[in-house]
Amino acid sequence: MIRLEKRPQPSRAFSLATPLLAVLATMFFGGLLFFALGKDPLASIQTIFWEPLFGEFSFFYRPQLLIKGAPLVLIAIGLSLGFKAGIWNIGAEGQYIMGALFGAGVGLAFYPVEGFYVFPLMVLAGAFGGWLWAMIPALLKVKFGTNEILVSLMLVYVAEQFLASMSLGLMKNPEGFGFPGSRNLQQYASAHNADLIAGTGMHWGVVAAMIAVIFAYVLLTKHRLGFAIRVTGEAPRAAKFSGVNPTRLVLICMGMSGLLAGLAGLFEVSGPAGQVTIDFNVGYGFTAIIVAFLGRLHPVGILLAGLLMALTYIGGDIAQSKLGLPAAAIQVFQGMLLFFLLALDMFTNYRLRLGRTEAA
Amino acid sequence: MDLSAINPILFIAGFLVAATPLIFAAIGELVTEKAGVLNLGVEGMMITGAICGFAIAVETGSPLMGFAAAAVGGALLSLLFAFLTQVTLANQVASGLALTLFGLGLSALLGQSYVGIKPPRLGDMNFGPLADIPVLGPILFTHDIILYLGFALVAATWAVLKFTRAGLILRAVGESHDAAHALGYKVVRIRTLAIMFGGACAGLGGAYISLIRVPQWTEGMTAGVGWIALALVVFASWKPWRLLLGAYLFGGITQLQLNLQGVGVAIPVEYLAMSPYLITIIVLVILSRDKSAAPACLGRTFHASS
Amino acid sequence: MTQTPLLDLSGLTKAYPGVVANDDVSLTIAPGEVHALLGENGAGKSTLVKMIYGLVKPDAGHMKMFGQPFTPTEPRAARAAGVGMVFQHFSLFDALSVAENIALGMENAPKMNALSQQIRAVSDTYGLPLSPDRVVGDLSAGERQRVEIIRCLLQEPKLLIMDEPTSVLTPQEVEILFKTLRKLSAEGTAILYISHKLEEIRALCDSATILRLGKVVGHCVPRETSARDMAEMMVGKLLQTPMRAGKTPGDVVLELKNLSARSPSAFGMPLRDISVCVQAGEVLGIGGVAGNGQDELLAALSGEMLTAPGMVSFKGRDVSLLGPTPRRSMGILSAPEERLGHAAAPDMSLTENAMLTAAARENLDRGGMLDWGAARIFAEKIIEIFDVRTPGPGNAARSLSGGNLQKFVIGREVLQRPDLLVVNQPTWGVDASAAAAIRQALLDLAENGTALVVISQDLDELMETSDRFAALNEGRLSPPRPAQGLTVDEIGLMMGGAHGMEVAHV
Repeated sequence: MIRLEKRPQPSRAFSLATPLLAVLATMFFGGLLFFALGKDPLASIQTIFWEPLFGEFSFFYRPQLLIKGAPLVLIAIGLSLGFKAGIWNIGAEGQYIMGALFGAGVGLAFYPVEGFYVFPLMVLAGAFGGWLWAMIPALLKVKFGTNEILVSLMLVYVAEQFLASMSLGLMKNPEGFGFPGSRNLQQYASAHNADLIAGTGMHWGVVAAMIAVIFAYVLLTKHRLGFAIRVTGEAPRAAKFSGVNPTRLVLICMGMSGLLAGLAGLFEVSGPAGQVTIDFNVGYGFTAIIVAFLGRLHPVGILLAGLLMALTYIGGDIAQSKLGLPAAAIQVFQGMLLFFLLALDMFTNYRLRLGRTEAA
Repeated sequence: MDLSAINPILFIAGFLVAATPLIFAAIGELVTEKAGVLNLGVEGMMITGAICGFAIAVETGSPLMGFAAAAVGGALLSLLFAFLTQVTLANQVASGLALTLFGLGLSALLGQSYVGIKPPRLGDMNFGPLADIPVLGPILFTHDIILYLGFALVAATWAVLKFTRAGLILRAVGESHDAAHALGYKVVRIRTLAIMFGGACAGLGGAYISLIRVPQWTEGMTAGVGWIALALVVFASWKPWRLLLGAYLFGGITQLQLNLQGVGVAIPVEYLAMSPYLITIIVLVILSRDKSAAPACLGRTFHASS
Repeated sequence: MTQTPLLDLSGLTKAYPGVVANDDVSLTIAPGEVHALLGENGAGKSTLVKMIYGLVKPDAGHMKMFGQPFTPTEPRAARAAGVGMVFQHFSLFDALSVAENIALGMENAPKMNALSQQIRAVSDTYGLPLSPDRVVGDLSAGERQRVEIIRCLLQEPKLLIMDEPTSVLTPQEVEILFKTLRKLSAEGTAILYISHKLEEIRALCDSATILRLGKVVGHCVPRETSARDMAEMMVGKLLQTPMRAGKTPGDVVLELKNLSARSPSAFGMPLRDISVCVQAGEVLGIGGVAGNGQDELLAALSGEMLTAPGMVSFKGRDVSLLGPTPRRSMGILSAPEERLGHAAAPDMSLTENAMLTAAARENLDRGGMLDWGAARIFAEKIIEIFDVRTPGPGNAARSLSGGNLQKFVIGREVLQRPDLLVVNQPTWGVDASAAAAIRQALLDLAENGTALVVISQDLDELMETSDRFAALNEGRLSPPRPAQGLTVDEIGLMMGGAHGMEVAHV
């Protein structure tokens, strides 16, 4: 019989190895899935992981990697701070939408005034929108002890309805011939989050994601607040004993993750997406949860995981058009990745022992 | 706006239907949580049940076969969660989220060729003359068997938890897994069974949406009902009868906002559609102050170390 | 011995990775015999009884019951064979009723009504008053123990195992328990009594087996053996009793005025109107049965739990509304009972655990940025001065043994030069030599003018360290009295006597 035995301390080697093992396991079982769907497994895996980076059209796909990776990293960094402390904001999708709506709202309000100040104001508004939406579950949690998981998630559905209302109503393009959706911000120079270097995909969101990674790294390793976050996650009572104020921590962690998700939404709506439409959000807020865990809640890990996940998005699109692989298959693929990661994570804290089991 | 266009009898009969998916999903989760396991994957299990039930009902032409398949599908998916949390001791919150994300993708994949099809209809139970009783007849006696099954399930769960030894053991495991282990109870086995029961119930609830309430298949059609079911368990303070009450309340609100949309109230559709979620939040706020009813080991990982 | 022994263990061995918990252990128990299993923490007592109770499988050796091979694979089998066990940490369910708890421990529980009848009958017969309908979470520690005992007695066991049963009882309650046990023994039930309290064993037990480091180091008849001899067998060497010099206490450091507060936890005990002063260089010992407000009192002093203004003052300044960090900066330090998860974060390194409470006073926090180098040096200092056995400060707290972690936790506070140190159960579950070292460190601190509050359930420890003694009972603190010359009876009464048990026992 095999049984689990708790390691005297967490294994560093396994902590690093599990994400890699999870990716390999996902490739294998994903391949089986693609095979079951009647596709060539090797070609599918190659299309997803190789084509975007080194294929014929990689010049087109590589910038996409930054464009898709940036929001994932930005959101996941925020989420990871809360997750580390045992604060579960899973409504990033809603905060992302609200950030986009607030930011785009400011931009659209200025239209057609051109000015250097328009975009910075939109950034502020976007951050504020996301922060505000995250503060609802945060305040309810600290004031009434309401479960932040459920509230933040409910607010995603509320935000989606709000988005629908905005893109069909208040923010609808008056010159849009009745089509739903706002003016295209890409055609409004002061509000457009354009590539900083044309054709690289390097827009302000990418810069913000990089800054967030560095900021989170310093916070978690060097700063009192980062230590408070880590202790709270490991041992809440010990954290309280050491002087951490749990209420403040909830507000800070939820606030930061909402702010970053809001920023991601703003950069997306003013850049790659261009306009507020009823379905401009594509689930980054949920995928970022996978990114956060895959990156082991570590800033550098999240950076890598975000890029990997962006790769599966792009590769999935290619596989969809080239091999006819259904879009949902990629969603399953991403879900699998999280499963394997969680399952393999066991080896960080436990080891397998062969031998007789103890009774019971 | 003409509120008189809403027929109160149809409205009440309608909200019993709207409440049924919630009843199934929430009673399953209640049992799971009573065993000390927090499974946030209800939404994923529901949507998987919705498509499994739909597909099998379409293929076999039998809605009841569909419901059976939905229960099996939900239970199988929940087994993944059980493996993660009970065998590999993964965090229950993260595993539940993973289950939901995975379930949403899986159902979309399975359901590709079922979009736009009408499923076979499950006929209403025949209560004979009872259905002809004025007012009460159309409200209570014009439904399909699954709706009554949902009601029976609540009653059965209440009775089992309160009066049987199996129920006592289940509650004990949720209260203190260490003490239960010390007395020789198989914590992991009991919890796995509870998780699978939760999965089967969620699957049934999902299938009720795709086969009866809507009835057709669209991606992501559960639209947060699984999450509302989770909230409902908190709302009910882990008590089956309160859960039933809560489900009717939410069913009523859902039905009311749909009816209001139908009669063209001056409130925009989007804001009406928000209302069930907003009301869920408000209810959670009101009821969150008292957590004493929660099973003491809820969400905690159990590892038998001797 | 002429009759067949009830239980006959021979050559039992059980090894865990890195440690042999039981090495060739043999002993026999006759029907009706009260047999003591004596040993320090970590001597292997728990492992041995877990094997008898079917929780752990021996690697080698045999067990026989009434001459028949006895190999329980699970507690159920052991119970069926007539073994009952009262755990040190009760395996009870707070939210369930007494009757439900008892039903869970039985193989074929009768219907609830019939069971309640049986519970009443047994509790009358053995003088253990208990109402079957009460919720266990509301019971006192002594009452909870009664639930466990009645649960065992309903199975009519032939062998009753009791693991450190008196650690949660007042001296008066201990007397009552002993009467129950003697009655059982007279009826032919054998009792395996685990303890490290020598006087108790001498008062109760017919024979004793002494374990040290997993091996049997001797058998004796306790009534004929001196406590000192047994202690020597148990520990293997003579222990130094901590030394202290007489001294005159200084200014008042801590003053509690009508301290009342609700417990933050659901089944906790509120603090009720506590007033007391502690002077510099003085040790105030606080006794009492577990669950009478000890955790809450520590939390009110450490700053984890804030109270109404004016209730807690330190050197004349009201600190009631200050959190743990400002209190630490002022010199109020504390060490809670629960080492893993409260005093220390289990999965974090010792360096990180040093940072946990020392950031303010050891200048490890510079404007929000943490100085990990200095934290490491401080952790190394604790490890060296307090002789903490660990490969280094990079190791996780949970990798340390209980005693070593306790030395680290106490050392961490002591080395920060506190003006007031509050400790709860400073030597709980710690082996004798580490316990002696910890007590000595506390006394040295008092010697240098620190005011100490030592909360403990170990009366010997309190008598050894305290200048004045007070007891917590139902969240109330008795007026403190000089520790010297206090009798066990007086202490017992301060702790609340027998909690109303005498009435039922007459």
